[in-house]
Amino acid sequence: MKANCWVKPNKVEVRDVPDPRILNSRDAIVRITSTAICGSDLHLLDGYVPTMQEGDVMGHEFMGEVVEVGPGVDASRLRVGDRVVVPFPIACGACAACRAELYSCCENTNPNAGIAEKMFGHPTAGIFGYSHLTGGFAGGQAQYARVPFADVNPLRIESDLSDEQVLFLSDILPTGYMGAEMCDIQPGDVVAVWGAGPVGQFAMDSARVLGAAQVVAIDKEPYRLSMAADQGYATIDFDQVDVRSALLELTGGRGPDKCIDAVGMEATHGAAHIHLYDRLKQATRSESDRPHALRQAIMACRSGGVVSVIGVYGGLVDKFPAGAWMNRSLTLRTGQCHVQRYMRPLLDRIERGEIDPTRVITHRLPLAEAPHGYDIFKNKEDDCEKIILKP
Amino acid sequence: MELTATTTVTRPVEDVYAFWRDLERLATFMAHLDDVRTTGPRTSHWKASAPFDTTVEWDAEIVDEVTAERIAWRSVEGADIDNAGEVIFAPAPGGRGTEVRVTLRYDAPAGPLGKAVAKYFGEEPSQQLDDDLRRFKQVMETGEVVRSDGAPWGKRARKEFPQRPAQPLTEDEWREIQA
Repeated sequence: MKANCWVKPNKVEVRDVPDPRILNSRDAIVRITSTAICGSDLHLLDGYVPTMQEGDVMGHEFMGEVVEVGPGVDASRLRVGDRVVVPFPIACGACAACRAELYSCCENTNPNAGIAEKMFGHPTAGIFGYSHLTGGFAGGQAQYARVPFADVNPLRIESDLSDEQVLFLSDILPTGYMGAEMCDIQPGDVVAVWGAGPVGQFAMDSARVLGAAQVVAIDKEPYRLSMAADQGYATIDFDQVDVRSALLELTGGRGPDKCIDAVGMEATHGAAHIHLYDRLKQATRSESDRPHALRQAIMACRSGGVVSVIGVYGGLVDKFPAGAWMNRSLTLRTGQCHVQRYMRPLLDRIERGEIDPTRVITHRLPLAEAPHGYDIFKNKEDDCEKIILKP
Repeated sequence: MELTATTTVTRPVEDVYAFWRDLERLATFMAHLDDVRTTGPRTSHWKASAPFDTTVEWDAEIVDEVTAERIAWRSVEGADIDNAGEVIFAPAPGGRGTEVRVTLRYDAPAGPLGKAVAKYFGEEPSQQLDDDLRRFKQVMETGEVVRSDGAPWGKRARKEFPQRPAQPLTEDEWREIQA
């Protein structure tokens, strides 16, 4: 089959690889009908996530048709022919984390848990196409994928919604939603979102449906800000204005009640010297992540507010504003999305028309053009917001 | 050399104890064990892989056991490597299943074999036992050892890095893991 493979930093390539097979009894094989490139794939492309190897199949946002199931798959949960969306974290459904609906912290699905444990203190779940640190599972930017614990993870789509309407249930819609849910939004709340990429846009939409009085988008790409403005959200261009001052201005000096970091470890800072400081520390490996958005969110948030982090961090950050966090009674909440917890309720919201996930799609490319897709997405060319690949 | 490791399994103490007490099952998740055969109510024969494609064998006897609490065993006279083990089971607080604590002791012989054994366990010998217990938990909670494309070998742990790429197995590799 064809699959988009990681070759080396800044290079992916569509290659011929073997077709996947059943390796565990509760596996299924899915013929992929739609897949997507995620902002977090750029961390892999850029070489910031360790343990990538040449030939690793990329991609953790995919859906398709079940073409084979292992002998252990509960037939009441999944059968050949089912149309499914596959969540990016692989959950076993049986461990203590899964029982607590902390699916991205599953204790059993990462065969390389020993390495993850050294980096993170405790192991985390296996993830499709996301380095050997998260298990070494082949990803979904391919024609077929093997899906472990197939009677636990995939969501069956039984209505006639299009692929484009439901594909993002695999990651970015639940991730954005969890970012807003962690904010515990109250009537009158102003919610500021750093990053107007696809996850940020869905965090904004989710903050709206959860009752935020005002939503503010912070980015520097005019097309991303105008995409947010089209939904009625206030916008701040961090290349043009000081973010904290602009947020104070918008909120009568209080600061946003809730702040969402939808950027993560490769943030850009409007002030060139600060950006250079963190860029250098990252390049010399004395800091693995550039936490501008997180620092700014903590400094801007009103006292007693919530800072909700859904942008991906991989290691250590420098100059974390612990004083602001502690002295102003801020709550910091975070997590890789527990996608399985949100798929069904968000499918209901899509069916009721409360959220339209298709609004972020700007490009539809054949799988063969995945490397070009990574280029334009990374460099923000051609107003690229979200790319869907068709195998 | 003494190794210890611990894990919590979301199953009742009785189940976890019963699984372990059937010593033949240890070979399904402990990387270095090729085979454990029960030879009597308290005796068993163990075969383990050793460096340079060799195997070591010994007879073991259970020297102490308390149902749903503790099993202790040790090799009898004439073992290639004198060794002993103990596993303790205790209910985890808050109804969270069973805490399992394992201790293994090896008296590596003097000379080249002893050196080879030490090398086999590497600089972090307890890592191997940690991984064994992770697989034990996988088997108890999900029914089998979880495989990925990068680590498709199940309990046949190999040196962790570099792994094979995270892409589907070739026909030959797939036949090898079926064997």
